[in-house]
Amino acid sequence: MKLWIEKQKYLIDFTLSSLARRKAKNVGLLLVYTLIVFLLASVMLFTHALRHEAAHVLDGAPEVVLQRMVAGRHDLIPPGTLERVGRIRGVQKKEGRLWGYYYDPVVKANYTFMAPSNESISSGTLVVGAGLARARGLAVGNAISFRSYSGKLFGFTIARILAQESELVSADLVLMSEDDFRGFFEIAPGYFTDIALSVVNPQEVRNVATKLSLQFPDSRPILRDEILRTYESIFNWREGIVLALASLSILAFAIFAWEKASGLSAEEKREIGILKAIGWETGDVIKMKFWEGALVSLAAFLIGYVAAYLHVFHFSSSLFAPVLKGWAVLYPRFELNPVIDGFQVATLFFFTVFPYAAATLVPIWRAAITDPDSVMRG
Amino acid sequence: MVIARPSHLVFTALLCATGVFAATFADAAWLRHRRADVMTQKRDLVARLQLTDLCLFTEARYTRHLSQADLHSAFQDHPLGLEHFPSGSLVPPPAHLMVPHEALDRKTEVPD
Repeated sequence: MKLWIEKQKYLIDFTLSSLARRKAKNVGLLLVYTLIVFLLASVMLFTHALRHEAAHVLDGAPEVVLQRMVAGRHDLIPPGTLERVGRIRGVQKKEGRLWGYYYDPVVKANYTFMAPSNESISSGTLVVGAGLARARGLAVGNAISFRSYSGKLFGFTIARILAQESELVSADLVLMSEDDFRGFFEIAPGYFTDIALSVVNPQEVRNVATKLSLQFPDSRPILRDEILRTYESIFNWREGIVLALASLSILAFAIFAWEKASGLSAEEKREIGILKAIGWETGDVIKMKFWEGALVSLAAFLIGYVAAYLHVFHFSSSLFAPVLKGWAVLYPRFELNPVIDGFQVATLFFFTVFPYAAATLVPIWRAAITDPDSVMRG
Repeated sequence: MVIARPSHLVFTALLCATGVFAATFADAAWLRHRRADVMTQKRDLVARLQLTDLCLFTEARYTRHLSQADLHSAFQDHPLGLEHFPSGSLVPPPAHLMVPHEALDRKTEVPD
């Protein structure tokens, strides 16, 4: 065993000195290889973490949201519907939600105005998201006014700013009292934007949704599962788009690596010929080249992956943020919780390390089994 | 004086890199533990305010609340008002639009 290890060490020594003879070419290869692993790993880590974050955070979303549709458009829930919904078997809790959009021409962004039922906000005051406070330069105690859709001007005082850490879900929120909300949007008492429901037995959610659709044909129930699926598909789609864009560079690298690994240069062929002539066995030549492929690909994988990890979780994916995160006037600042999928990392390892290591072996075997004299002559 | 062999140097470097690779998993676990309160806070806020969507795109109502948008939102301006917001290219079309269907505009060989 000790002899075997010693032999491998000599082979690696020789491989390294052989690599050092073509330093520029090999350093270039390692750099491009590392960059490709970095790109793939960044996309993979970011998307998985964001998908996990969305699923975890939105797990607290209402089990069922019931919207009313008029001519295919979202409309207000009329008085009396809330009570009728409550009478459906299986519905545990029902609550009318009051929320809407307000376009602020100052920062050219949409805000989400909301009157939360279980948060006490005094009339004339607002609780705003940190993203909005940043965009408008607001602090607690500041005054702000909005012109309502009827043309009236409403003045408010900022009572509180929501925690910056929760920006992913609250960057554009403007929370106000129910009276202020109804006054601002001129919504009569008894009307709601939609209804949030919770169901006694989680297994019965679909049945309750079916009952709701039957009893309220003008309604559209949206289940929490659907919300989670929406985000799952968005992040899958986005990962796909980035990978589709990256596929060109991956293809270019694949051609480069294949060319480098499978086509032997005249110098390399001569080297093999000399080695065979001085007594190296075919197996030794193959082992030497195997070490070359393994060392280069392993180094590229380790450096690329660690760089991607630091980039995504310690530097907020600053290089690919516009593509991976998207953008908006009121974009939330958020730090992702690092969740790494071991299976994904293993897949990345398999598809980046093995093909290269394998591609180096075939031509070497071909060159190594031919006569040293003819190999040296080219 | 002992001269370090290149293989020893490479093994040491690879061992260090593998150590750093393993450390990323430990670092992720530590960061998750450190940010656990923030995650709970976010989840509580969603439950308390009954929020339904992430605040990723605020340019249009149907991109702000993707899960709540009505089914005609992509044509909100007029029937041929195609999607023009940048996030539209980052959001997939509904699944039923991507299902291939039989072409209905084929011409018959013999005019009827």
